[in-house]
Amino acid sequence: MGRTAVARVNSLAQISRGGPEVAEASLSVLPDAAKFVFRGRPSSWPVAAEAFGVELPQAVNRFSVKGGRKAYCVGPDEWLLEAVGEDPGEIFHKLSESLASHSCSLVDVSHRSDTFEIGGTRSEYVLSHGCPLDLSEQQFPVGMCTRTLIGKSPVILSRTERAVFQIDVWRSFSSYVWGLLDEVRREFPSRSRQM
Amino acid sequence: MKYRLSSGGQVDRSKPLRFSFDGKGYSGFAGDTLASALIANGVHLVGRSFKYHRPRGFMSAGSDEPNALVGVGDDEARYTPNLRATQVELFDGLVAESQNRWPSLSLDFGGANDALSRFLTAGFYYKTFMWPAAAWKRLYEPMIRRAAGLGRAPTAADADRYTQLYSHCDVLIVGAGPAGLAAALAAGRSGAKTIVCDEQDRMGGTLLSEREAIIDGLPAADWLARTLQELGSLSNVTLLPRTTAFGWYPHNFLGLSERVTDHLGRKEGNLPRERMWQVRAKEVVLATGAIERPLVFPDNDRPGIMMAEAARTYLNRYGAVPGSRAVVFTACDSAYRAALELKGAGVHIAAIADVRPAPEGPWVERARAAGIDVRPSTLVTATHGRLHISHADLASEGASSSETVPCDLLLMSGGFTPSVHLFSQSRGKLGYDEALKSYIPQKSVENERSVGGCRGLFDLGASIADGFGGGLGAVRGAGGTPVTEQKIPVFVQSFGQDGFIGALNGKSRRRAWVDFQNDVTVKDIELATREGFRSIEHVKRYTTTGMATDQGKTSNMNALGIVSHALDLPVPKVGLTTFRPPYTPVTFGSFAGQSRGKLFDPVRQTSIHDWAAEHGAVFEDVSLWKRAHYFPRQGEDMHAAVRRECAAVRNSVGIFDATTLGKIEVVGKDAAEFMNRMYTNAWTKLEPGRLRYGLMLREDGFITDDGVVGRMATDRFHVTTTTGGAARVLALMEDYLQTEWSDLDVWLTSTTEQWAVIALQGPNARKVLEPLVEGIDLSREAMPHMSVREGRICGVPTRLFRVSFTGELGFEINVPMGYGRGVWEAIYAAGKPFDITPYGTETMHVLRAEKGYIIVGQETDGTVTPDDVGLAWAVGKTKKDFVGKRSLARPAMTRDDRKQLVGLLTVDPKVVLEEGAQIVVDPREPVPMTMIGHVTSSYWSAALGRSVALALVRGGRARIGKRLHVPMAAGNIEVEVVTPVFYDTEGKRLDG
Amino acid sequence: MLLIKCPFCGPRPEIEFAYGGQAHIERPKDPMSLDDEAWAEYLYIRNNTRGVHSERWRHINGCARFFNVRRDTISDEILVTYKVGEAPDAVPEKDRPTKGGAVR
Repeated sequence: MGRTAVARVNSLAQISRGGPEVAEASLSVLPDAAKFVFRGRPSSWPVAAEAFGVELPQAVNRFSVKGGRKAYCVGPDEWLLEAVGEDPGEIFHKLSESLASHSCSLVDVSHRSDTFEIGGTRSEYVLSHGCPLDLSEQQFPVGMCTRTLIGKSPVILSRTERAVFQIDVWRSFSSYVWGLLDEVRREFPSRSRQM
Repeated sequence: MKYRLSSGGQVDRSKPLRFSFDGKGYSGFAGDTLASALIANGVHLVGRSFKYHRPRGFMSAGSDEPNALVGVGDDEARYTPNLRATQVELFDGLVAESQNRWPSLSLDFGGANDALSRFLTAGFYYKTFMWPAAAWKRLYEPMIRRAAGLGRAPTAADADRYTQLYSHCDVLIVGAGPAGLAAALAAGRSGAKTIVCDEQDRMGGTLLSEREAIIDGLPAADWLARTLQELGSLSNVTLLPRTTAFGWYPHNFLGLSERVTDHLGRKEGNLPRERMWQVRAKEVVLATGAIERPLVFPDNDRPGIMMAEAARTYLNRYGAVPGSRAVVFTACDSAYRAALELKGAGVHIAAIADVRPAPEGPWVERARAAGIDVRPSTLVTATHGRLHISHADLASEGASSSETVPCDLLLMSGGFTPSVHLFSQSRGKLGYDEALKSYIPQKSVENERSVGGCRGLFDLGASIADGFGGGLGAVRGAGGTPVTEQKIPVFVQSFGQDGFIGALNGKSRRRAWVDFQNDVTVKDIELATREGFRSIEHVKRYTTTGMATDQGKTSNMNALGIVSHALDLPVPKVGLTTFRPPYTPVTFGSFAGQSRGKLFDPVRQTSIHDWAAEHGAVFEDVSLWKRAHYFPRQGEDMHAAVRRECAAVRNSVGIFDATTLGKIEVVGKDAAEFMNRMYTNAWTKLEPGRLRYGLMLREDGFITDDGVVGRMATDRFHVTTTTGGAARVLALMEDYLQTEWSDLDVWLTSTTEQWAVIALQGPNARKVLEPLVEGIDLSREAMPHMSVREGRICGVPTRLFRVSFTGELGFEINVPMGYGRGVWEAIYAAGKPFDITPYGTETMHVLRAEKGYIIVGQETDGTVTPDDVGLAWAVGKTKKDFVGKRSLARPAMTRDDRKQLVGLLTVDPKVVLEEGAQIVVDPREPVPMTMIGHVTSSYWSAALGRSVALALVRGGRARIGKRLHVPMAAGNIEVEVVTPVFYDTEGKRLDG
Repeated sequence: MLLIKCPFCGPRPEIEFAYGGQAHIERPKDPMSLDDEAWAEYLYIRNNTRGVHSERWRHINGCARFFNVRRDTISDEILVTYKVGEAPDAVPEKDRPTKGGAVR
């Protein structure tokens, strides 16, 4: 019919707009991504990795990256596959075909969560207001990811750089988690964002 | 200044600060506490006692202070009551007031309680005010509350910020006195991640008022400065002054409350007022020191009577002189040091009355050599002075006469009580040390060790050595490599370990205080034992000794001594009360932390929420979600809006946000088998593309959830749950899958937030939808009721359900959440020609009630079977097993007189029943009537022009056609029992 | 707050877990063959242990796995944690929590 498709709205679009800039712990929304939960019998794992083009880490709570794609191992038989900026339908179709004869489950969760990043010298400190885990580099190194809590919200937390964490959070909890970290970092000096 | 030394101590005389107390202006110095500043101004009267309104002054210089509770803050939004003046740091402009007095401290009418003290003994609450019962609430309680109490709560909301954070370390050291600092050096030098906290504004503990000791070749103050500098330079050590470790929770998890800004006065920036550290430590070193014990003697509570060590602290640390003529009353050596230091500052020491028959040793000799009158076997038998001590009566033990000695300061010391509060909270086992007259840590339960004074080592050298060793042990325990043992030489005149617990001169008719804050005297405790209370736990509760906000820091051991004496039992046989958090009071703000206002709880909103808000929706809370309740137009109340919304759905088309429904994707080759086991229904034969109403029981046979389930493919189900049940259902499914049926090839994924769900309901629904949909034939033939199709709507993917919870032709359009609002707006625009009407949960409830559709949690309450609510048809009769099947076979589950779902029609159609109202057969039966059921749902039905209700009634289906009664306060309501379907009983509209 | 060693994720704070009741109660293979008394026993009867108790926990805000724990209900000491289907004695000494919940 040739009508323009409706646009996707990120759940953090409003709350992230025009906030203060805090160098110690900056918050920024990451681009929308195609996301899938992949679970299955071990024989299906290498097939999924092959089809998705990213190795599936076998160690729980580790993620691997290749280009714009990531595979987070969040449980002994559970991965979150992420492809930034890609179309979920195409990937789902391709993976489903490859996995057709295997015992496994692939579910499109592209719209279930949004992702944002906290970066800066005090990002670990700010996150520790709400996240009960030891976020020191020894205990939570770059390359680690896990489901955990921030305040009263479940999240998937991952460390992409020494001072950068990503937070994948279900849409209806995202403004709470953003708001919580934003409140905590108020103790640092900030300046208004140049619009 | 008469009461301030011209030099010495850690106050900064170049920085004078103005403050006010009870409206009067004073000045102090930077580094002062409110207590030291008041003492330097000659002010000792700072409070009235809890029960008798006795004038009270400073007893201690630290967190153990029972008397000097003050309210601080010049505006209600920043007012804090019940602060210990000994811990309030002075800042310029500080405003403080005394508490529990009217009209003023020096003239307090509540002091009449003191004259009535004979009637206010232990347990007076239980003995008086017994009759009449009604007077308790109206008369006695308000009276008591006004007369006895602590500070007042502020009336304005707290304007400050509070934060909470988690922290993790190898070694947490509680207390930065000599032992704690030595432990910190050991842990810090070993490279362990170390946190050191101390409740005071400066670290150092007793070293802050130490004048003589030489540590590692340096005067104590210099060693302290060097040590703090070294610790401060170590990146693995975090120093937290002004931070109280208030509670110990299992597995080495401790709560620390840091006071961040109180000492700054009006602060700049956005620092939190308090920060709560929730620390998980691999090892904890307790270096909490010891608390000096008061002596319990007649009239021991007047202003000007204070602990000997407190006087030293005021003098040495703040240069504040607490009096000019002192009597010292002691049971141990350390008070001699206080006497000597005060004498050195110009205070006249009238006498040292020593409980001991033959005090000896270096300190006694030094006192005698300094010309101080040392009197062995001597007691203080009474004190005098209305608002401040003026005289003390001294008598030799056993003598009948006494000498009255003028004084404005009386120092007392009964020895030291190790501070074992946190150790006891950790469930460590305490043992009684006869020589120390104290309980000390005996057996640790957690990964913890006590060092120094808190385990009875009062000698400075021993304490430092113990601390260093403890620090090394902690490093080892935490898996680190400790540095080598180091001997830190300490030169100091040591003390004996004498002390006293219990009452002195118990024969006196004058009162002697044990618990100063709760106004408990020796007589109260003795009375309790005479009345038969023998366990210390009972004595405590009956007399309230040790139950004040100071938790008996200064009183517990003396109370034990008195009970032990009264019952003629050794102290360990009397027992010991349990120490509980918090060590000192913690503000509510600190416990709330960031969880205030919008951050109190997550507020879950759908992607359509903002549209609803912009269109005037009134929201209701459903679990954590906000749901549009109704959409009032100008001038409409809820009833009017709901009537209009209902009519729109019945007559044309309504649009409803059903996004909050829980969704679970069940995928795998055994998906149908799994569904068969979890739900009562049979799933094997459900074809892809079809929907089915699913009913879920708990193993006990009662309904726990329901929802429409779509079969997307042979190995894929799109399951929906109730809004509140989403997490519970997924957890229940995972439980069975992981622990009972791990052989099944099926996996569960929560998709609640993947899909926005737009319900489009009403006879014109298809017409609205058709132009927006691609690749799906919406016709009645191609897409019948209870079917699902995948395709596109408005250019985005959709799972389109043909389903109805209203009884009308209906669709539920699932689209990826981020497109929710866009698709909603497109449908709304397309519906304009049909006067499409957004409706909320209230209308949804009315419409489904008209059709007799149940809501789990409203028609069910955890005791309802499928048959009870007429859903026996949803139970797969031929299935061998499913969760709850065996329970349904119990005789009690199939009895005819179970409560069953029926409809109720009021005889007067205008009357709308109250939900929850009870139902009876005979309204003339005397109260309590036999209740046979209750109303579960009740609404005004616009479509029917009358009220309708659903109810659970005992043997209800057999009563259809009969009349029952709903007795209410305003009168009886007669109802007719009917089948629970009120509208379109044949269901023709569904196929519209 | 307890420190619980998830067999998959290692020591984690209690707040990430959900309690799952007494462990090792197997659902009967054929419930319909049980008489009412035996079914009631399965459904309702649980130990109220003072001392070492075997219980289930789920790392719901972590790897989401159920697992088993032996915990002393008096001291809260956790003696061992192990996966569903695993024998507690098979857990090597080095993987057991020390007293106080910390893992060596």
